[in-house]
Amino acid sequence: MHEPFRYCRVERSLLPNETKIKVEARSIFKVFGTSPHDALQLLKQGKSKDAIFEATGDTIGVQDASFKVGEGQIFVVMGLSGSGKSTLVRMINGLIAPTSGKMLIDDTDVANCSGKALRAVRRSKIAMVFQHFALFPHMTVADNVAYGLKVKGVGADQRRKKAEAALDQVGLKAHADSYPDELSGGMQQRVGLARGLASEAEILLMDEPFSALDPLIRRDMQEELLELQRSLKKTIIFITHDLNEAMILGDRIAIMKDGRFVQVGTAEEIVDNPANDYVAAFTADIDRSRVFTAASVATAAEALEIGRDTAESAIARMEALGRDALYVIDGKAILGAVAYRDLAASIRDNGGALREAIITDFPKARRTTPLFELYPLAEGGLPIAIIDRQGKLAGVVAPQDVFGKLATPTAA
Amino acid sequence: MFSPSDILTIPLADWVNSFVRDWLVPNFRPFFRSLQWPITQVLNGLDGFLNAVPMIAFTLVLALIAWRTAGRGVAIFTLIALAFIDMIGLWPETMTTLSMVVTAVLFCTVIGIPIGIAAASSNRFQTVLRPILDIMQTIPSFVYLVPIVMLFGVGMVPGIIATIIFALPPIVRLTNLGIRNVRGDLVEAAQSFGSTRWQMLWDVQFPLALRTIMAGLNQTLMLALSMVVIAALIGAGGLGLTVFTGLGRLDVGNATAGGVGIVLLAIILDRITQSLGEPARMRKTSLRATLATLFSPKRSGRDGEA
Ligand SMILES: Nc1ncnc2c1ncn2[C@@H]1O[C@H](COP(=O)(O)OP(=O)(O)OP(=O)(O)O)[C@@H](O)[C@H]1O
Ligand SMILES: [Mg+2]
Repeated sequence: MHEPFRYCRVERSLLPNETKIKVEARSIFKVFGTSPHDALQLLKQGKSKDAIFEATGDTIGVQDASFKVGEGQIFVVMGLSGSGKSTLVRMINGLIAPTSGKMLIDDTDVANCSGKALRAVRRSKIAMVFQHFALFPHMTVADNVAYGLKVKGVGADQRRKKAEAALDQVGLKAHADSYPDELSGGMQQRVGLARGLASEAEILLMDEPFSALDPLIRRDMQEELLELQRSLKKTIIFITHDLNEAMILGDRIAIMKDGRFVQVGTAEEIVDNPANDYVAAFTADIDRSRVFTAASVATAAEALEIGRDTAESAIARMEALGRDALYVIDGKAILGAVAYRDLAASIRDNGGALREAIITDFPKARRTTPLFELYPLAEGGLPIAIIDRQGKLAGVVAPQDVFGKLATPTAA
Repeated sequence: MFSPSDILTIPLADWVNSFVRDWLVPNFRPFFRSLQWPITQVLNGLDGFLNAVPMIAFTLVLALIAWRTAGRGVAIFTLIALAFIDMIGLWPETMTTLSMVVTAVLFCTVIGIPIGIAAASSNRFQTVLRPILDIMQTIPSFVYLVPIVMLFGVGMVPGIIATIIFALPPIVRLTNLGIRNVRGDLVEAAQSFGSTRWQMLWDVQFPLALRTIMAGLNQTLMLALSMVVIAALIGAGGLGLTVFTGLGRLDVGNATAGGVGIVLLAIILDRITQSLGEPARMRKTSLRATLATLFSPKRSGRDGEA
């Protein structure tokens, strides 16, 4: 069975400054045709892709794409058919040479390097997973997976061992000696993924890897990729034409149209703040409760200390903050929540003891829990405790905020 | 009536004559003669070997090969056909023809596959090559028999050279085609892992093109067999000679016997080389398993066999 489907990753890292940049594109252009430099000239004069095609017969594949992808990130490029996604991703490993611009892999500019240097980058740093799997039909699954190692000159025993390890990661070890056409589409793409993993490249390029699969298998594969990514921490550039998929997988998402980046940001930024009508049209059908996480509505915990606070001081804090309930902690441990109503009653009836009023059965969530999973938690009326990895209280979510976030911004 | 020849006549025949007779032959005869050397070596080795092997041993070995590659039916056919050839008294001639044909095909392969590969990797080369291959295939072979005799003399080896010229185009064409038809994403995949051109050719393109190349080899072989009689004109022996002398003496019986021998040899070699083109693991799948996969939702040949 499937777990509830979620758009967000368990660990969503933004691009902190200290992250190492693995892939960086600097103003990349690609023109297909006979007179690319004339076409570039026209482009700089502000002519559109269609106008340039009419004038010169050249097709603008990608125009002025710049981006940085940090180590361990998943960068998703999303766009409709013909928007230039494949062209872009093929320029990252030099299968297509850009017309102008720089494409830096670590410090190597693959846009302007010799065949030998390019091969070295491909062998050691970048692996690619293809839309239609592109498995070699004449090789066994294990040989397919080991292909990258074979190219590098790794010996047969070593290759076999690594191929089996990679197949194990995708759950296909038992099929090592099958041929690709004996496997289902989903299994074939797992082999494709294993082939990418076995080469030990740090960067994985994935060009619509799941779009040839049927929806159910596709979901499995997305989950599996995230699962793998948690331990592998590859730098992934993932192409898709499906915004849902982009939202599920992407740490950051670039939306492409006519070869140009229309917007780059996190799923939340894009849904919350679409750059233009084009993006807004995509995001309109997105289920916001799956995009936004508890973190987007969390506020400071303002917790009470059991040793320091009393029923009276708690009441005073609540009044000052305008809240009906607060959490009580003992150092790092969370004892539970106290409600204004209970404290007031206890003060009236028996002089008030903070400890007695604590409700220990309180709703908890992680920062990354999607909003739709907070619905049942919010029903109890208590603020939801956001707990970090060490089990400490990292914030709270007021029940009314959970639903408030779901209203679409007016300018949709 | 007026005709263009009233104004101008072009002495094409004279030009060709003086080109071949006065320039090519005197200047290049030693060079062409030296080309014969490797062919002579291979032919002599093969011919000596085939004629030394006892008929029974050869028949059994070829039948075994046929059985492993093309199946039981072809194996039985091979046994019967070779026995028949022996019984009509054409065994030595058949072996001579076989060694000639095999030599020619061997050289076609050695020359043709690299040319085909080169054509696949360069559009310009392909453009240049195509009309040459067209000419080689359409020009009547009698036309080049004369210059060949002038350059190489008469005998088996010139016969083989004529055969090579005639039979070369299919293997070149189909090698080119096979490599060009390898799926683009597979080539990209190989490239994306940093393959050199050689690695790509050896590990991916060539194996995937092998089926098509084998079809080319099959065609080349058939063309080579069809040259057997013509090659006999310039002194090549074997079954061709039987047919040729039969024709010359209006000896229908001998001509027919030689012809039957050629046809039987052709059928055997055709079936064996055709089945070489099929990938081994597909051949092993039984008919029942193949049919079963059509009806089971899971596409798996293995399950069908179980
Ligand atoms: N080899 C080529 N020659 C000419 N034009 C090309 C070539 N490859 C791509 N293009 C053009 O460049 C543009 C971008 O193509 P690209 O394949 O990158 O799109 P895509 O976003 O990957 O589309 P899809 O979702 O269909 O795969 C298209 O207009 C396409 O026609
Ligand atoms: Mg594409």
